[in-house]
Amino acid sequence: MKPLSGNLTDAVGRAPVISGGEQRLLDKLFLGLSGRDYLTRVWTNPLNWVICLILVIGIPLLCQRYLYGLQAITHGSQDYPWGVLLGFGLFGMVPLSASGFLLSTTVEIFQRDDFRPIERLALLNGLLGYFFAVVFLLVDLGMPWRLTYPMVVSFGPAAVLFLVAWHVATYLSVQVAEILPAVSEWAGWPGVKRFILRITLGLTIAGIILSTLHQGALGALFCYAPAKIHPLWISPEFQWLHFFVSSIFAGLSMVIIISWLVTKTMSWRCDHRFLSSLDNITLGLAKGGATALITYLVIKVVAVAHEQEWLLLISGWGFYYLLEIALGTLVPLVAFAYGVRHRRVALVRWGALLAVAGIIWNRLNTVMICYNYRLHQEVPHWKELWVVVTLLCFYFIVYRFILYRIPVLFRWRE
Amino acid sequence: MGAKFSRRTLLKGVLATAASAISMRPFKKTMAHDFQGYQSNRGVLVDLSRCIGCRSCEAACSREHGLAPPDEPPENFQLLEQPTQGVRRPDQNAFTVVNSYESALSDHPLFKKIQCNHCLEPACLTACFVNAYTKTPEGAVIYDADVCVGCRTCMVACPFSIPAFRYDSAFEARIMKCNFCFDSRLSKHRPPACVEACPMEALTFGYRNELLRVARKRIRDAPGKYQNAIYGEFEAGGTSWLYISPVPFEQAGFDLQVPRQPILNYVKDFLAVVPMVLTIWPGLFAGLYLLARTRKITDDSSNHEDMSDETIER
Repeated sequence: MKPLSGNLTDAVGRAPVISGGEQRLLDKLFLGLSGRDYLTRVWTNPLNWVICLILVIGIPLLCQRYLYGLQAITHGSQDYPWGVLLGFGLFGMVPLSASGFLLSTTVEIFQRDDFRPIERLALLNGLLGYFFAVVFLLVDLGMPWRLTYPMVVSFGPAAVLFLVAWHVATYLSVQVAEILPAVSEWAGWPGVKRFILRITLGLTIAGIILSTLHQGALGALFCYAPAKIHPLWISPEFQWLHFFVSSIFAGLSMVIIISWLVTKTMSWRCDHRFLSSLDNITLGLAKGGATALITYLVIKVVAVAHEQEWLLLISGWGFYYLLEIALGTLVPLVAFAYGVRHRRVALVRWGALLAVAGIIWNRLNTVMICYNYRLHQEVPHWKELWVVVTLLCFYFIVYRFILYRIPVLFRWRE
Repeated sequence: MGAKFSRRTLLKGVLATAASAISMRPFKKTMAHDFQGYQSNRGVLVDLSRCIGCRSCEAACSREHGLAPPDEPPENFQLLEQPTQGVRRPDQNAFTVVNSYESALSDHPLFKKIQCNHCLEPACLTACFVNAYTKTPEGAVIYDADVCVGCRTCMVACPFSIPAFRYDSAFEARIMKCNFCFDSRLSKHRPPACVEACPMEALTFGYRNELLRVARKRIRDAPGKYQNAIYGEFEAGGTSWLYISPVPFEQAGFDLQVPRQPILNYVKDFLAVVPMVLTIWPGLFAGLYLLARTRKITDDSSNHEDMSDETIER
């Protein structure tokens, strides 16, 4: 739909839509528009046509995968067991979803009320990121119907992936609980909100524990392949810390970007509190991001020093590594530091964009590009990439659907 | 608030300890520091100087496991001359393959059979989150397709890149891998099909400890014929399949970057962090919360009560 068109802005901006009470469910779902008006708006938005085009090809590809196996949409490589589906969908999405635990820690543990306007957006971003990481996993797993096996059927508790599975599952539940107050305002369940608010501290601490462990565990997974991954991308002693620390600036950068997109494309949905505080919040997030970035940079250097890999830096792979560090870490660090110092919000936002791209690049490098670097390189099948984009479209649709309705960017007026 | 809080912290600590205890319990059993492998561990000694590349082992393996027979006829030696790893490797249609390697030190090509090496401390087993792999006392590393989820971490973990995934089926996807003919032969103390099929006695089946002695004797008895090393004695913590070669191992396509300790050692550090985070974080962050809250209360009260004094003090 065309979010900025005058009529819709009026329609959803008017009091009855945002206020709760005895408003009908249909009104809540259709943003106070009639069904016909709503559909018209959906159809007249060119973005929806692009999405439609992607889905028209993407959904049959998904069917193909579930009918004929992974080989139908991927190269089915024995040498590269994990491709873009996992490299981007799981290993890339999860660090970007660290936003939930970071902002709930800031607000609930450190009592920084100035970050409260963005807390729900960060929580939602975390929840959706994790949820879609699981969706990506469901496409990539050989036997997706056995997703719950590590929880109920057969246990391999000494495996790192066992921790990842349990922690992601538990953390998803925690995140659902954390977002429930917003949902309950919209749905009109005051009891739920009261209950969740009582256990917020417990949920937040659980979130920190689970995030520390599984962000780290995703890194530790690669310690299983110490000789297969290029030494610059694997350092068994520090790998979990590399992944954990990088998830901090990745999560913060993701919130900076999403909040920026939201003010650009659905400012009608944001209330004054959100819009007026966003610049300061963005700079605050960048301050945290810069701290995480410099820490990450130093522990990456420590890893190179610890393993005496200086000479490797002057090789083809070494230059590639330095490029990744420079574009994905150093430039965002400078952008954040300079932006915070001189209050340049736009600069911070571009820096965040680079940091997010950098973290996805780093994960793809670890999972596939620098994995089995002594063998042939594998270029992903176009169908696999298309399926990734298709799933991102679903992610976008769900994200937008929720932001339009649930009080994330605005305060619910009773 | 204080009392309620410490109770919650305590409860959480107890729960976390219990959780970590649960996660540590079966783990100790598999990673006992002094585990030297099963005494009854069988193995196979592969003598590269004896293999002529006839690929009878490949054919016998396919028959034994009901796999499609190797599509290329055994006369096609071209097929074997692709020493790059990743070109010809065990996959969903073949549990074992023979590749050929040229070496300046040898006047004829060398042939190397590869298959699952049946590690003493298998990486696939330690990486599997549903316990689909079992190391039997006979030495075989076997796989249970009924619990496998298809995450393919075992393929990432295997230092020899052996497990293959059946990507071409949506409903019968599974890992395909040599199982040492465990069900049909090894459990009945019989050698695997490939060993029985070898016309050159390039493969010797026996107890691993025994085979190490045989290998050393062969190296000692024919000075200069073999390299003075046994591939598999220490690689990845030791493997059931052992190789001796007339040329340096890297010239026969062996990966010398495979670590000499079990792959599990590389993840132990992280696994040890887990119970610590579970137990320390609740107290740490609850403490930080209390500190932040106290400061906020003080700030707030000073704002309200000392409003009149503030102007004087500042």
